[in-house]
Order: sequence, then structure tokens, then C-alpha cells
Amino acid sequence: MEFFRIKRDIPFMRNALTFNVVSAVLFVAAVFFLFTRGLNLSIEFTGGTVMEVGYSQGANIDGIRATLSKLGYADAQVQAYGNANDVVIRLPLHKGETSSEQSTKVMAGLLAADPQAQQRRTEFVGPQVGSELATDGLKALALVIFGIVAYLAVRFEWKFSVAAILANLHDVIIVLGFFALFQWEFSLPVLAAVLAVLGYSVNESVVIFDRVRENFRKYRKYTTVQVIDSAITNTISRTVITHGSTLAMAFSMFFFGGPALHYFALALIIGISMSIYSSVFVAAALAMWFGVKREDLIKPGGNKPSDRNDPNAGAVV
Amino acid sequence: MNRYPWWKYLIMVVVLVVGVVYALPNLYGESPSVQISSTNGGKVDNALLLKGEQILDAANLKPDSADFNGATVNYRFSNTSVQLKARDVLAKALNPNADDPRYVVAVNLLSRSPAWLTALGAHPMYLGLDLRGGVHFLLQVDMQAAVHKKLDSISGELRRDLRDKDARYTKLERVGDTLQGVFVDASALNTAKELITRQHPDLQLAPQAPAGPYSLSASLTPAAVSQEEDYAIKQNIQTLHNRINELGVAEPIIQQQGRDRVVVELPGIQDVARAKDILGRTASLEVRMVDDSAAAQAALAGQGPLPAGDQIFPDRDGGKLVVKRDVLLTGDNLTDAQPGFDQQTNEPAVFLTLDSKGSRIFQQVTRENVGKRTAMILFDRGRGEIITAPVIRSEIAGGRVQISGHMTVQEANDTALLLRAGALAAPMNIIEERTVGPSLGQQNISQGFHSVTWGFVAIVIFMSIYYMFFGVVSSIGLAVNLLLLVAVLSMLQATLTLPGIAAMALALGMAIDSNVLINERIREELRNGASPQNAIFHGYERAWATIFDSNVTTLIAGVALLIFGSGAIRGFAVVHVLGILTSMFSAVFFSRGIINLWYGRKRRLHSISIGQIWKPQAAEATAGALSSGAASDAVKAGKPLDAPTPRTTKPRRKVH
Repeated sequence: MEFFRIKRDIPFMRNALTFNVVSAVLFVAAVFFLFTRGLNLSIEFTGGTVMEVGYSQGANIDGIRATLSKLGYADAQVQAYGNANDVVIRLPLHKGETSSEQSTKVMAGLLAADPQAQQRRTEFVGPQVGSELATDGLKALALVIFGIVAYLAVRFEWKFSVAAILANLHDVIIVLGFFALFQWEFSLPVLAAVLAVLGYSVNESVVIFDRVRENFRKYRKYTTVQVIDSAITNTISRTVITHGSTLAMAFSMFFFGGPALHYFALALIIGISMSIYSSVFVAAALAMWFGVKREDLIKPGGNKPSDRNDPNAGAVV
Repeated sequence: MNRYPWWKYLIMVVVLVVGVVYALPNLYGESPSVQISSTNGGKVDNALLLKGEQILDAANLKPDSADFNGATVNYRFSNTSVQLKARDVLAKALNPNADDPRYVVAVNLLSRSPAWLTALGAHPMYLGLDLRGGVHFLLQVDMQAAVHKKLDSISGELRRDLRDKDARYTKLERVGDTLQGVFVDASALNTAKELITRQHPDLQLAPQAPAGPYSLSASLTPAAVSQEEDYAIKQNIQTLHNRINELGVAEPIIQQQGRDRVVVELPGIQDVARAKDILGRTASLEVRMVDDSAAAQAALAGQGPLPAGDQIFPDRDGGKLVVKRDVLLTGDNLTDAQPGFDQQTNEPAVFLTLDSKGSRIFQQVTRENVGKRTAMILFDRGRGEIITAPVIRSEIAGGRVQISGHMTVQEANDTALLLRAGALAAPMNIIEERTVGPSLGQQNISQGFHSVTWGFVAIVIFMSIYYMFFGVVSSIGLAVNLLLLVAVLSMLQATLTLPGIAAMALALGMAIDSNVLINERIREELRNGASPQNAIFHGYERAWATIFDSNVTTLIAGVALLIFGSGAIRGFAVVHVLGILTSMFSAVFFSRGIINLWYGRKRRLHSISIGQIWKPQAAEATAGALSSGAASDAVKAGKPLDAPTPRTTKPRRKVH
């Protein structure tokens, strides 16, 4: 079975401009949504309390809201979670009240309203810890970017490294843009998924660049454009199959992982899908525009000092 | 050419065996159990084992098994709800007097692996809280309060000593972080300075007099401050250990995190409210004299200013008392606290034992102040409440003090618990808290397990169909990857969280990349006309560099998360990084070994089972226009499979 019956190199780079324009538009849209709607940060970043409460027969969300506002938490968010019997309640921080008091009070109120309520899970994050987690997340992102740029610059060449990181960061922003547009909850596991996708996406670009380097060596008569085209064509089968497999895993998590892994899996799915686009179409095109040449990847013969006694020194065929 | 030396096969076998052995405990799983250990003199032995079984039997609860391992008595159950019921039943029966528990009855997850596995050091993976249920707290120690307390106690001692030496002062108290004193004359000032330098090396005098010629200001030396902070954390951790023991948790985690934080994890705890209460409360005791002079009474009634050197505290009945600022005794002087009953009134009471310094001080105080009242003030988060203000009837020597007031048995118990475990040097606040119920933990495990399984199955099916035998070998490699990952996690006893299981699934999805790279490369070599043996060899060789590069970049992301992540994210990062490392081993080394075993020995290998090697028709690669497509067409031109051909063909040119 062979899905990729490709007879000739697909001239990807001919449409490089279109691809990059599309990705730039998506990027701008994502940034726009990030700024206007903002991310729906979970309490891990903002601080606050989250409680997951289960009822044996269907949760009455309006009733719960009424109970909560009587207790003084009119600004609490109540949502169904997973199935009809579970709800998740988000309580922002109230000054002068610790979370221990908050969650105990709320649970007592809910039990009074319905003795069947069962507390499945509570999370409280103080404001200080929340802001620390946010800064730690940013530091992790910075370290990943720096590490990848450095590694690629060493392994390939700086033009490739910059092209790869730009293309793949644009991935990350687009995933964040989706989260901002649909106001999906952005929690620490989602951040971890995004960083994992960044690493994985660069991985894609590396495979292609590796092939580019090999093709520069193999096809000495090709121009840069031809080399890149043939590199992408050669690797397209591997790209699609690998992404398909990883997507299979991500979908498996999405369907079977339950509400806890829901947004994590979603971030993975969007990120992996976008990464095909960015690595195949964008990264290589950017590298081409930066003016990548054969000499960047293949160091010229080397100025070996010629041996004076060698009668053939300096001879070139 | 595709042969592995025998030692490489040996490595494969050894790794496989070790992997299986250390992953096996996870198959056996863990059972929810109740563990009984001794505290305060309860005897743990076979008799207890039988007694426990009888108790359970009477409550219609059947344990799956019961054993006594020399240190604890363990009962295993089939699920957590039975486990919790059993715990309650046993706790009530074995500790009839809740104030004086003889046994710690705790819930725990005990591994079901047979003894020989455990003897080898093979344990199931350590499940994080989100998988087994329990409570996680992050507590922050109020370091400043610790420093203030130390200054307060020093100022109290200074005041006593100065009075002994008859050095008069108008003010000597803590203001913010410093000790301020104003003295009557130069000799008093000098006496004070001398006392400070000789007896309190922790203090350093400020070079300038803050207020007038006979004043001084002193603060703790930086060394003393850091020692106090260090001591505060350590004492709090010790205190937490004691308190948590009383709550009945089998394997609590109490660790310092950073400069001023403590992580507390209590797996299996159900009564979260009580845990929070016990942990969050701070108790410190101060014993001071009540000021019942006329001026003080006037102040209490609201007519007249509060005399300098006094403070007002509420007492438990709603009234207020004027108390002197001097601290006679602090919780540090306390060596023990026990609840009991007042011998005369049979009211619940708390009995304190003081250390030698405390006893001496208290003896002196009680001798000099017969007929006056002392106030025993409990400070809870900076707010003081007078528990009791007993009248001193006589000199109390020997350091045994009784506190009785309007306390219920539960209150006396709690008070004693808090005081017994030691007075905290500094208050702690809960800044982060996570609670997961046990049913949710179970649910998370099964959900995680399902996501890994179905994704794995989907990938295996696809690989086997698309790449045939090579696909099957790749799938075996993937399975070995999972096995090694589980084994390494079990060996390291790294904490497995739900994001960690997700990372496992992700790692498997990414690991298959290496195999796809190799297989595609082999197909391409075959397409270009290489012989099968050559194709296999070059496929693996060429793909390795790419695999290495691409895994390093994913590794960078994993390491960054490892450094900056905490809690569940760290669990994710650990599995992610380990998954990449095991995938490099299993996808390349291991799968190559199997291929070599299968194909390596065949001298004349005609074809390998790697799925269809599709070639574009030779007819298409006609000579003609030198378009950009022509060159690659010629390269892809079909050639017969058997005859070895040069790898690259020159583009054909025809000249008309």
C-alpha cells in the first residue's frame, strides 16, 4: 500500500507567497483575538477556587447558582462538567477570606440545599502562587525558544534556525488564538501541551531541513528552489503518516480522556495540525527568502594547507 | 551486513527481561488497604490482627486479606468505599477514647505484587494525588512573625534582667523589626548595653541613638535572622509531622519548598475540613500577668487611657481583660500538653508541662504573685484569646500547670493536640490547595489508560497494514517502548499524574515517527534500485541522524518544562523526557535488532515485506525538455529490483 504516488517533485515553493500570506493572516487574526478577547485563564494563573461537585441525579445548575449567590458568591461560575451529574464551580478570590473558608462554606451551603452533593475535587490557588505559575510558564517558553534556536543554529545554520522558530512560534500563537476565540479554558496542562507541540513542530522542520542538506549534496545542479521542493516532496509521506499517528493518539485522548484531558487534547490536535502547515509550507519558504544557499549547509572543501612535498598539491580535476 | 554482534542481542534480551520484571508490579496493581500502627503504647501484634478481623466481621466487612508484617497490621479490600467504611469502623473500635488514641488507623494503597518482586525492589508506579485521591497543600511560613516573636521574647527577658539590676527605663519594647529602649540615665543605658552584648549575642546595637542621649535601638543580626527563619521552617515541619500522624495518614509527604514554603500531601484523606483546620491553625501560648490595678479597670470600663505596658485581650466568654505586655512564658517553654479532666470539677482540662527554664520562671512568678491572676493567651493567627485567667493560689514548682476553662472535650482535645505537637514558631498560611476524591482518582486512571490503549491500537493496525512486516516490527518496538517507560517510571518511583499518562500517549505518538522515518527511507532506497540488504542498511544509517536531531528538539521542550514546572506539569515533563529517551532506544536499536535477526542472515535476499514499493512508470521519464521536473523524474525512473544499480542516475539528455 502506498498512499503517496508522487511522480514528480511538487513545486511547493512556487506558491510560497500564497502560503505565507495565509499564515500571516491567520497569525494576525490570532493576535487580534488574543488582545481583544484574551485567554480564559484557569485559576492556576489567576488564583481562586475551583470545586467539582457531583450529584447522583442530575445537577440543577440554576439552583446551585441561587444557593451560591445567597452565600455571597454572585460572581461564581457554574458549569456542567463531563456529564449531567457533575458541575464545576469557579470562585474568584475574595479579599479577606482564605480558600479553606471559601470551599468549606460553599460545600456546606450546597449540602444544605441537596444532601446528595459529593465533593469530588477542590483546587485553590493563592494569588501569589498563581502569578508565580504564570511567570514560570513564560520562563519555560523562553527557555524552549532559546534552546531550539541555539541547537538549530549549531546543527544547521542560523537562517534555518530563525526560519524554523518563526514558523513554529506562529503555530503556538495560532493555537492560543483559537483558545482566545472560543474562550476555552487555558490551564497549566494546556500550556504544557503547547510547549510539547512547539518541540514537536520544530522536529518536523528539522526533518525537512535535514533532507534539504542531503539534497544539496546529492543534486549538485539543482537550484535552491528545486532542492527545497524535492526535499519536501521526499518527506511528505513521512510527514503525513507521523502526524496522522500522533493525531490518532490526540483524538484518542480527546474522546476517552474525559473532561480533565479535554482541552489538553484539543490544544494538541490544533497544534499538530497547524504544525504540518507551518513546517512544510512556511518554514522552508522563510528559509528560502532568507537566502539559504548550498554553501550554508555544506562547508566548502576546507583550506587544507597543501603539503609542499606532494607533487599533486593543488591539482584540481 | 545486517548483522548484530551477539553482545547487542544480549543487551536486548537483558533490557527486555529487566523491563518486564520492573513493569510487572503495575499489572498486579495495588489494593486499597487499612494500616494499623501503634502510637502512644498500643500494641501491634497477631492478637491485634485477630481482634481487627473480629471487629470487621461484626460490621459485615470482609477484607480480601489480612496480614501482620512485624510493624503494621494490614487489611486489604477490593474497593475504596469498603476501605473507608472499614477504616471508620476500626478507628472507632480500637480508639474508643478519641482523646487518647492508641493506634493510628490509616488508609493506604498497598502493592499486590508477590514477595519475590518486592524483594527485587520492584514496585508499582507511584500514583500522584489526582490518581489516588487525597489532599495537597502548599503552606507558607510567616517568617516575619517568627522574627518578631524572637524579639519579643528577648525584650521580655531584658526587662526582667534590667529590673533585677535596678536599671530604669521609660520604654523598652519591639517596634517593627527593632527593639527600642529609652533609659533614665547613662548608667541604666550602659547596663542595658552590657546586658545585650554579653547575654544576647543575637542582637546587634544600632550605631546611633534613635531618640535622645539615653536611648538605644537593637535588631537581630542577619545570621540570627536566617537562623530563626531556618528554625521556624524546620520546627513547623516537625510540628506538621506530629499533627499529621494524629490525623491517620499512612504515607504523608511533608517537604520544604524554597525558603519559606512547605508542601504537604496527604493521600487518602477524606475529612479535608478537619485536616485544613488542624494544619491551618497556629497555636502559640503566652503566659502573662493580668493587670488588675485601678487604672487598668478604668480603662476596661472605657473611662481612662490604657496604661503603658498593657494590652487588652478578649476571653472566651466574651469579656475582656487587661493584660501586661511582659511575656512570662512562651510555647517554647512547653514540653508537653495533654487533655484530661480537672480532678475536682471533672471538667475537661489541658495539662501542661514546662521545661526547666519555664518551671523556674513560673515558680518565681507564682511565688511573687499569689492572689493575682495570670492569663494564658492562645494566639491564633496573630489574634490572641485568653483561654483562662486562673488565680494563682500558691507557688507552683515543678513546672506542672493546668489550664481549665469553659472547654468542651473536643476543644480541650484540639487545644492539647495543637500545643502538644509543639508551639509553632511562626504561623503558616495555606496558599495552594488541591483535593481529589478517591472516585475521581479511579476515574482518572481508567480514562488515561483508555486513551493510551486505543491510540496505541489504532497506530499498530495502521502500521501493520501499511508497512507489513516492518510495520509489525515497528509496533513491537512501540510496545517495548511503553514497557520500558513503565519500567523506568516504576524503578525511579517518579510520581505519575494524569498529565503524565497523557505524556505517555503523546510519547508513543511521537515515537512512531522514528520508525516511519526508517521505513520510508528503506522504501525509498528500494525505489531507487538498491538491493534489499543495502536498502535496510542504508535506511537505518541515514535515518539515525534525522531521528537524533528531531528528538533533541522535543527533548529541549521537555527539559524546559521539567525545570520550570511544578506539581502535575512536572509529572508530565518527567514522562515526556523519559518517553523520548526510551523511544530512541526501542525504535532504533531494538527494532533494528529484530530486523537483523529476521533478514540479516539471508544471503540472497530478494524482497522484504515493507509494503508496496511504488515506482512511477519508466515511460514517463522520457528525454526531452530540460524542465525542472525532468531531473527528478529520471532519478525516480524504474529499474529492475535485483540488479544492483548505482544510486544516482545522471539526467538523460538527448540532443536533437
